[in-house]
Amino acid sequence: MSGYLESQLIILCLNVIYAYGIFLPAASGQLNLGAAGFITIGAYSSAWINASGAPMYIAIPASMLFCAAIAFTIAFPILRTRGVYMVLATFAFAEVVAGLIINLEFLGAAAGYPVESHADYLVVVPVTILVVLLCFFLMSTRLGLAMRSIHDDEAVATLFGVDVRLAKVAAFTLGAALMSLGGALYGHHYNYIETQTFNVLLSIYILLYVLLGGTQTAWGPLVGAAFFTVVPEALRQIATASGHAWIADSRFIFFGAIIVLMMVFRPEGLVTRTMVDRAATPFGGGRSGAAPAARTA
Amino acid sequence: MDLSQLPQQIVNGLMLGGVYVMVAVAFTLIIGMLNFLNFTVPALFMLAAVLMWAILEGHGIALDLTAIAVLLVLAMMVADRLQQARLPPPVKTVGALGLVAGACVFLWLTLSFRPGPAVFAWLDGAVGAGGRWFLGIVVALATVAVLSLLIERFTYRYMKAKYGDATEHALPLVSSLGFLIVIEHTVISTWGSDALTTESPFGNASFEVGPVLFSVPQLLSLILSLAIVFGLSVMLKTTKLGRALRSIAERPDTAPLMGVEVGRIVPVVYVIAGLLCATAGILFTINYTTVDAYIGDTVATVAIAGMVLGGLGNVWGAIVGAMLIGMVEVMSIYMVGATFKKIPIWGLLLLILIVRPTGLFGHTAIGKGKF
Repeated sequence: MSGYLESQLIILCLNVIYAYGIFLPAASGQLNLGAAGFITIGAYSSAWINASGAPMYIAIPASMLFCAAIAFTIAFPILRTRGVYMVLATFAFAEVVAGLIINLEFLGAAAGYPVESHADYLVVVPVTILVVLLCFFLMSTRLGLAMRSIHDDEAVATLFGVDVRLAKVAAFTLGAALMSLGGALYGHHYNYIETQTFNVLLSIYILLYVLLGGTQTAWGPLVGAAFFTVVPEALRQIATASGHAWIADSRFIFFGAIIVLMMVFRPEGLVTRTMVDRAATPFGGGRSGAAPAARTA
Repeated sequence: MDLSQLPQQIVNGLMLGGVYVMVAVAFTLIIGMLNFLNFTVPALFMLAAVLMWAILEGHGIALDLTAIAVLLVLAMMVADRLQQARLPPPVKTVGALGLVAGACVFLWLTLSFRPGPAVFAWLDGAVGAGGRWFLGIVVALATVAVLSLLIERFTYRYMKAKYGDATEHALPLVSSLGFLIVIEHTVISTWGSDALTTESPFGNASFEVGPVLFSVPQLLSLILSLAIVFGLSVMLKTTKLGRALRSIAERPDTAPLMGVEVGRIVPVVYVIAGLLCATAGILFTINYTTVDAYIGDTVATVAIAGMVLGGLGNVWGAIVGAMLIGMVEVMSIYMVGATFKKIPIWGLLLLILIVRPTGLFGHTAIGKGKF
């Protein structure tokens, strides 16, 4: 595989993992704008465990456990907040993490932190596929159903006996573990991490991948992350090759404009539940009672 | 630590708070009236600061961009009128096509003639150095006001028309993030992402009171920002417009029944919020003379912490909160170091959200919606 394709594949894989980490809470109706915080924790903890002697195959799961423990602890106070407050709380959490790391001398502070073991695409790609399969499985379980019901209507979910808090905390914690996995893989692939990479814009982009892909089905984050990783890059390649460098420079302007327009034309995301149900039964079966009416009103 | 510097640091904290005040009030207005967190506020702050810088430095392309923005909004307004007009459908189609063609021609004319540099050449000759100041302030305010109208449509109006309640979904939040990306990358692809510096026209004008050094522009902008926010709160309390705004904040569904023209008032909220952040951005350029494409993320988001501290939707709370946050920032830089400032600011925000989510003086009803 050529170096260029490989680097793009790695970026795609990492974005998909991050997106699933945000998707799990989003599928249960919580907007998490703190992706950068969990990614930072994952990247740094895995790198630090690796540096103190453990091999990568132990360091990455250990960092996921560590991040899940942190997420579990903060989930209870953070999930008390709702709506806008939750967006702000997760955002503040990410900023606090960034502020802490940049002051910790043993993690390299502002100078960044080198990572020892290297993970090439033979590690990253299979792990990504596993993550995708796991999330598809998760959404088909009872927990996935509970998350969907909370996303659609929390009060009704409570009335039907869904343990809302348990499902929310589980989604938040699992999502944090996935983001930590993504962060750890980032560190081990590039062998160097610094907090400035994991900034507010990263959190925003990941949340956008998920919301634009759609939070109703597990296809959403995959399609969203793939679409918004591949299309701008392809646009850049085509524009550079055809001599329109200014299009390549301004591709993110188009990206932003597409986001705004998508909210007008496809507000539930690229992939919706109705669409998946129809695709699953292509000969008209999806039109019967099985297809839920689009909840747009 | 040298305690003799303490009074000076307190003054610096108040000055920084003065910039945050207007951004925090802009955030709080939108969240109080319309119940959504408007992420275009940091972008508009940054845009105004960078436009001010560009015009002071004589970059003609700033005027070209402004012309394009104004054109976009005009085209959109005409399109809206056209859609609502009682005309036979073929006429509407022809009108829409003509509009698109006209917009393309105007865009092409702007891009090929680049009127900006010519305007600068004329301005420097005819008016002198003060002309750029005047032009910078006018252009920054006008561009932001016009863009606010565009943003209002795509974050509120179309969603409201389509789904009844614009804040039901995460739509406005996502659209505003889209605008944030568009504006930031427009600036980055025009001027790059490095720091942009200019000369302060006031030089180092300052005066001393005892051990404390007051910088004249900073003091002026603090007074100006407090005066503007004070005027705003008087307006909210006494005028007819203010009463309409408060009624929308109270019950958006009932307000139209009481004869409040929601469709006309909401753009006004956006424009007021936009002008507030534009003023903050202009003052930021004048005071600190260094801007970059990321000051929206790094400076203006801090105002969010101030807004939450004071309670969402509460103008006076936002003022106190923003002042406190400015103070916390300066003090933590002074006592521990510049890299440390994020921990107390965002830690404080996190703590307040968990312990007392309504802020110090907050309303309980705001921000309880789904997103």
